[in-house]
Parts: sequence; structure tokens; C-alpha cells
Amino acid sequence: MITVNRYVCGYCGACVGVCPVCALELVETWLEVSDECIECGRCVRLCPTGALSLEEAQG
Amino acid sequence: MRCDVVVVGAGPGGSMAAKTAAERGMNVVLLEKRQEIGDPVRCAEGVSKARLSSMIKPDPRWIAAEVKGARLYAPDGSNVVMSEDKSGDEVGYVLERKIFDRALAMDAARAGARVMVKTRALDLLRANGSVKGIRAMRYGEIIDIEADVVIGADGVESKVGRWAGIDTALKPGDIEVCAQFLLYDKGIDDEYCEFFLGNELAPGGYVWSFPKGEHLANVGLGVIGSRSEPGAPVKLLRRFVERRMPEARIVEMVVGGVPVSGPIERTIADGVMLVGDAARQSDPITGGGILNAMQAGMIAGEVVADAVSSGDTGVEGLMAYEKRWRESIGKQIARHLDLKEFFIRLSDDDLNKLMHSIQSEDVSKMDLRGMLRVLIRLNPKMLWELRHLVM
Ligand SMILES: Cc1cc2nc3c(=O)[nH]c(=O)nc-3n(C[C@H](O)[C@H](O)[C@H](O)COP(=O)(O)OP(=O)(O)OC[C@H]3O[C@@H](n4cnc5c(N)ncnc54)[C@H](O)[C@@H]3O)c2cc1C
Ligand code: SF4
Ligand code: SF4
Repeated sequence: MITVNRYVCGYCGACVGVCPVCALELVETWLEVSDECIECGRCVRLCPTGALSLEEAQG
Repeated sequence: MRCDVVVVGAGPGGSMAAKTAAERGMNVVLLEKRQEIGDPVRCAEGVSKARLSSMIKPDPRWIAAEVKGARLYAPDGSNVVMSEDKSGDEVGYVLERKIFDRALAMDAARAGARVMVKTRALDLLRANGSVKGIRAMRYGEIIDIEADVVIGADGVESKVGRWAGIDTALKPGDIEVCAQFLLYDKGIDDEYCEFFLGNELAPGGYVWSFPKGEHLANVGLGVIGSRSEPGAPVKLLRRFVERRMPEARIVEMVVGGVPVSGPIERTIADGVMLVGDAARQSDPITGGGILNAMQAGMIAGEVVADAVSSGDTGVEGLMAYEKRWRESIGKQIARHLDLKEFFIRLSDDDLNKLMHSIQSEDVSKMDLRGMLRVLIRLNPKMLWELRHLVM
């Protein structure tokens, strides 16, 4: 699952432009992640602030 | 709601497209998801004077500074100076984009376009398989805006193309990921835009300093996505500023991504056109995209007016846009893509060697292409594969 550290995110939209499946959407300062995410990790690597992480789903 | 043309995104590309189409009698709606056009800024704000002035009358309200030229530094500090009119699309004026982007949107409004802020496009409307407008969310409510043509000017995040079946998703090597500080430092050169190259400083990109007057400057850097890691741009920028300007006072922070993929395969579909960063029309070498977005927006505005008037808003009717932008800005974008692919592979040693080789030449009156020609003459082995770019 992708998690967004909202204290770090600079709401720039770079992650939205690289997501291969349109799973991300930026609404002003709020980054939404939809369940279409295939956990490819591309957005995590490219985020300029390091606000994103890919965590194993619990359980 | 019904109109002729709906433009998604009120950046420079969208506003110019909306204005141009409205001036030609089109009924235009311009959507912007943000509540404040132009804010937050994701830009270093540099543009060429001559090219900007050919599209819009320069206005002191949105010009922060004028520069004399550019200084380009190799990793070892050796450098060259290029004059303002030869340094490419990012050097000349340093804008105040918060004001500039609003001024362009207001021009579109004055020309007759209906501007709607806090209105986010959600998807294309379709009827019998063809595009019929945009579904949007406005102040939390869903609204349908019917239109003959949708112009996607929705920037690096663009989805309009994807909704229309054009895959614009950027791969890691297709994007420069950036961080920038607006800062005050006594050492800022108010008269020159500065560019610092080096794989340590900014892998596959460069550090820039674009002055905004009285020792304020946009100091930032871009890293090619394929060589970046989480948070790298911000970390590298903090390191650069701590080492080179430890006394700097940072008053604003900007992050963002610039497409450097070069021209995508197509920028039109039935009833859909893409403009600016949405069409990946930013320059792959400099990352400059304001002027290309504006020029493409103007072409799109002209073509859409013809298409709507003639009743053919399918691919055929919009084809003139595709042809015209490729023949104008497209050629340089394609050439610069080749250059970028080559330059991101150079080591710091290579960059230093190239810089030393031109120290004895007068490049101050040369443009990028002229300089490349000299570099190739002086370093034929290293640059052999670039010779087609200067013929
Ligand atoms: C750090 C950095 C530095 C740069 N420096 C320079 C420079 O010095 N010179 C230069 O020429 N270029 C520079 N660029 C590039 C430049 O900023 C862009 O190329 C330019 O803004 C592109 O204009 P545009 O109109 O295509 O898109 P944008 O200016 O990005 O505008 C797109 C608009 O669409 C809106 N939008 C997106 N999705 C939706 C939706 N679903 N519904 C409604 N609205 C939507 C966005 O909110 C935005 O306002 C830089 C970029 C970055 C990141
Ligand atoms: S790329 Fe990073 S900083 Fe930019 S919007 Fe996405 S999560 Fe936020
Ligand atoms: S991990 Fe991949 S699929 Fe998921 S949001 Fe990020 S880029 Fe999109």
C-alpha cells in the first residue's frame, strides 16, 4: 500500500504524472491514492521530497 | 452547460489556447482545479525575452528581473558566458509566475472565455463513442460541460490524454524531478542566470540560479528520474546551498517535475487536443516549457476555431495542430531530446574536458547550436554521434 507523509509532501504532482495506472490524484495540497494502485513503486522513487512509501499490507 | 471548446488547466498553455479560441469567436470555458491560478509555483520562471515578446507584450507587473546572459559552469568550476539573446528559451526575463499566470488567464477572460476556478476535470463525456465534453467537480458538485472539443492543458499531471487513449505516463527517464528555493544571498549575481553541471551536484540534470533582483534568486536543481531516489532533489539542493551559500536566507520552497520525454507520438484524438506539459512539449535539455506551452496553445486555439467552424472536430479536423506544432517547436524539442540522451551519459571528467576545450573560443555570441558545432570540431571523438544535430 502507498502511504503519503502529508507533513513532507510538497503537492507538486510529479507522482501523478508518472503513475502508469492513474491511481493518484492531486486536489490542492491533498494527494489521493486509489485502489487501482499496482504497487509498482515508480512514484516512490521519483518523489522529490521523499513523501511516499510502499508498505506491506498488514495481516 | 454547453460550449464550443473546454480547456482543462489555466497554466500558460491553457490560457493562451482559451484566449486565442475566444478571440476567434468560440464559446470557451477554461477550467482550473486550483482555487488560485498560478499558485503554488512549480517553476524557475526563466524565459527568453525575444520569444516571449513575440507572443505577449511584456508587462513590468510580472517581470521580476532582466538578465544579461547565462554563465555555464563545468564541475571543476571552469565556465563560459553566453549573451542573453543566444542562451535559449530560459534566459532573458525572470518572471513572477504567480502574477504572470493570472494575467494570462485574465486575458483569456477579457477575450470572452469563461474561467472557472476550483473546478477539477474528472473524465471525458462521451456519446456514441465520441467525445462530448468534460465531467468536472466544482465546489464539491459534479457538473457536465458539453463541448465539441476538449483541450488538455493540464500540465505534468495530465490525465486528459490518458482518458482519450493517449498514454502520456512518464517513465523514470522521461522526467526531471526538481527542488528549488527562493532565497536571498549576498553572493547572487543579479545580472546572470547561472547553470552548474555535475553528476555529484545533480545527476543527469543541473543546478540553476535565476536572479529575481536585489540578490534574491530561484536556486534549484533537477535530477533525471532514472537516477533519482526518494527525496534526492531536496537533499541535493540543501547540500548545494549549505556548501556554496551557507548564509542564504530561504523564503520559499518549490518542488516539481518537468517532462523531458521529447515529442510524444500524437497529441490529438477525436475531439481532444493536448497542449504544453500535457503534450510533453517542454524542452528536454533545459526543462523550459512556458514558451512552448504558450506557442502550442496559440496554434491549438487557431486550429480549434477552424475545426469547430467547419464542423469537423475529429482527428482530421484537428490534424493541422499536430502538423503545425511539430514543424515549429517540435523540431527543436526532437533535437534537444537527442542531446539530452547523450549528455546525461557524460562523466564529470568529460564535462570538464568539453568546457576546457572552448575556453580559448569566443562563444559569447553563439547560441546552443553554434556552441555545439564548435564543441564537435574541438572534440570530434567524444561528440561524433551528435554531428547530425548541427548539420
Ligand atoms: C522546478 C521547475 C522549474 C522550471 N523552470 C522553468 C523555467 O525556468 N522556464 C520555463 O520555461 N519552464 C520551466 N519549467 C517548466 C514550466 O513550469 C512548465 O513547462 C509550464 O508551466 C507548462 O505550462 P502548462 O500550461 O503546460 O502547464 P501548467 O503550468 O503546469 O498548468 C497546468 C494547470 O492545469 C491544472 N490542472 C491539472 N489537472 C487538472 C484537472 N483535472 N482539472 C482542472 N485543472 C487541472 C493545474 O492545476 C495547473 O494549473 C519548470 C518546471 C519546474 C517543475
Ligand atoms: S511527488 Fe511527492 S511531493 Fe510531489 S505530490 Fe507526489 S508525494 Fe507530494
Ligand atoms: S506505486 Fe505505482 S501504481 Fe501505485 S500509485 Fe505509485 S506509481 Fe501508481
